[in-house]
Amino acid sequence: MPSSTELKQRIETTLTGSTAQVEDLTGGGNHFRAEVVSDHFAGLSRIEQHRLVYDVFGDEIGGPIHALSIKTSTPPGGDT
Amino acid sequence: MTNEEIRDFIDKAIGENRVMLFMKGTPQQPACGFSARTAGALNALGVKFTALDILPDPRIREELSGLSGWPTIPQLFLDGELIGGADIVAEMYETGELAEKMGAEQPPEPEAAVAATTPEQKAPPMQLENRLS
Repeated sequence: MPSSTELKQRIETTLTGSTAQVEDLTGGGNHFRAEVVSDHFAGLSRIEQHRLVYDVFGDEIGGPIHALSIKTSTPPGGDT
Repeated sequence: MTNEEIRDFIDKAIGENRVMLFMKGTPQQPACGFSARTAGALNALGVKFTALDILPDPRIREELSGLSGWPTIPQLFLDGELIGGADIVAEMYETGELAEKMGAEQPPEPEAAVAATTPEQKAPPMQLENRLS
């Protein structure tokens, strides 16, 4: 069962230089919310930004990770 | 129904309906908090939309995600183009961007309508989602 710590680490490892805050919404290890701040999002549409985060987990979304709610932003002062 | 027929049906639904929402359950009886929130945002704007329940056959979701490249439900399309899932729609609703894109009027209290059915407050029914894993 995935944990919020595991999700956080995987996001931060794949999207290098990003900061992620991950919360387990139900405590059951399957509904998560992730707030991700990353330079990788600069110049991308919201859809593309969210796809980058979904791509970290591939087929696990809809599988072990039933739901992943995402909020993305770029670091303050960076290009958006 | 073959997978090809399902894919064609989805493709047609996206192409023929200006505002097309794929969701779990129906707008009247949503089966998941995220779907409820997204249908709720459209209803709050008074936008006319077509909704398809993806739950009756797991292949609907597989084919839809294959077409759109988006892994989760709900998925909202406008003029044949993916707008986003629940988070993006909620964000766009709050900023007024959704109303603008849909050509609708933003209601006076943007938070109220959407906040009532956030998944944090109303946990999705697990037994329905488990059928899809």
